[in-house]
Amino acid sequence: MATILKVKDLTKRYGGLTAVNEVSFDVEPNEILSIIGPNGAGKSTIFKLISSFVKPTRGEVTFNGEVISGLAPHIVARKGVVRTFQETTIFKGMTARDSVIVAHHLRSRASLAGFFCGTAAARRDEAEFGRSSDEILDFLGLGAVRYEIASNLPQGHLRALGIAIGLAADPKILLLDEPFAGMNADETNRAVEMVRAVRDRGVTLLLVEHDMAAVMKISDRIVVINFGVKIAEGTPAAIRADEKVIEAYLGVEDETIGL
Amino acid sequence: MTGRERGLRIAAVAAFLAFVYVAVPLAIAETGRTDLYYTLSSVALLAIASGGVWLTFYIGRINIGQGAWALVGGYVSAILVATYGLSFWLSLPIAGLFCAGASVLVGLPILRLRGVYFAMITLVLTEVARLAALALPVTNGAKGITSIPSPGRIGLAGLTIVPAFDTFAEKNLAFYFLSVTMMVVCFAGLWRLVNSRVGRLFAALRQNEELASSMGLNVPLLRVLAYAISSFLGGVGGAIFVAIAQSIYPSSFTVNDSVNFMLNCFLGGLGYVFGPMLGTLVLYFGWDLLFQTGQYQLLIYSGVMILLIVLLPNGLLSVRLPSRRAT
Repeated sequence: MATILKVKDLTKRYGGLTAVNEVSFDVEPNEILSIIGPNGAGKSTIFKLISSFVKPTRGEVTFNGEVISGLAPHIVARKGVVRTFQETTIFKGMTARDSVIVAHHLRSRASLAGFFCGTAAARRDEAEFGRSSDEILDFLGLGAVRYEIASNLPQGHLRALGIAIGLAADPKILLLDEPFAGMNADETNRAVEMVRAVRDRGVTLLLVEHDMAAVMKISDRIVVINFGVKIAEGTPAAIRADEKVIEAYLGVEDETIGL
Repeated sequence: MTGRERGLRIAAVAAFLAFVYVAVPLAIAETGRTDLYYTLSSVALLAIASGGVWLTFYIGRINIGQGAWALVGGYVSAILVATYGLSFWLSLPIAGLFCAGASVLVGLPILRLRGVYFAMITLVLTEVARLAALALPVTNGAKGITSIPSPGRIGLAGLTIVPAFDTFAEKNLAFYFLSVTMMVVCFAGLWRLVNSRVGRLFAALRQNEELASSMGLNVPLLRVLAYAISSFLGGVGGAIFVAIAQSIYPSSFTVNDSVNFMLNCFLGGLGYVFGPMLGTLVLYFGWDLLFQTGQYQLLIYSGVMILLIVLLPNGLLSVRLPSRRAT
């Protein structure tokens, strides 16, 4: 199958600081690709560049053969490149179900005026989004808390809700920002299963992550960034053995990181 | 919604309509306090403009510029009626749409700002509108536009639907019905809006604009849509106000009014569509009642407002509907 997302010579400079420098990599359909690197390596900037929240200084991102860098973020999302944020970034004051329903909006066929007047198309959309939201919430184990206000949910559920909101937008490729941050081993295992299950729905996944153990377990391939430059790319086994990675990133502390 | 809730809601709406359309006019006729027609019309119109402000709060923007749109709407209607002899009834939607259109142009750049920065810019808008009204030839400067004809008759094929306001013995009664009807229509529309998907999208914007746009929501469009509706309501409110006063001056709506529109929303409760309606009523009469306290009017007024903010941060309506948020 053809490459789904192509990152080519991506460069972002903030004044004199080069946050991302000529990074290139491909994402294949239905794989789980993780971007790792020390703090401040430029991982999050790469995420923002792909989802078009910031414009690259140079280089481009292509999705299914179409250049998406420079488009408005909501257009990029409509094309199927959907980004989630860290768990603190959800619709805090809404119920879990309402958040997921809202995130369905880009699938709607009725116009805003149609929704205001309650036309047949709008009612059909509403019913369908409700059903689909329930399905997604059940799928991610949130069925029991669907009517809870999001800000009242515990960490693990929030993370799942973030993914549920992402799924509702019908992504071809889902960008997850540190899905395992701050989790204990048990929670991480459950989250890893969840991410795998999402992949099994036919969604390609791109992760930015700190948790080495989880990354090694879940990723098909890993891209390592250091000082804004890609220093390695390959399977978890290859990354684990890569001299440059060990030297530049893992250093002497590989024991404590849990490799 | 359960059947019982639906029944309660219909009963509440019916009671409200009966109150404003039957009970209030009867009570005023009985007591002879016809001056109250003017007062209550003002409350209804201010409530409409406040409803607009409430909608901008709903998308997470503090709007202290509604006075500008009330002034613009008032001038558009006044100029169309007084200078061009257009019917008031036609000038009313034109005034609203003019404000909506202008607010799109203003809103596109300024809605990118958030929090106190947006609030500061909107605060300036009212002053800009006042200075523009002073300077532009079409608004007749500080002398304003006076002797604006009252609304004429609406007829269809010889049948009179609404008689000319000049033919009423008590013209203010006609204005009362007009204002109250507009208020009911506007708030019904607002209620419908926030309870439809559009409202949920607006709420999503308030919660988190980044996440909303990464879910494919056209955030700039939705923001400007909310602001245009808000300004439409401001313009309509202002236009009817001018028709009642039969005159408009650059100082007809000032920064003070803009601040009051915002306070009405706070006071009634930002979480409730009908909050601005209650807030306007309480604030308007509260201020008037305190008039007897003379020099202490502002002191007592401000003190009560501070107390209310401390004791009822979610507005007056939160008394009826206690917050379900777990502590």
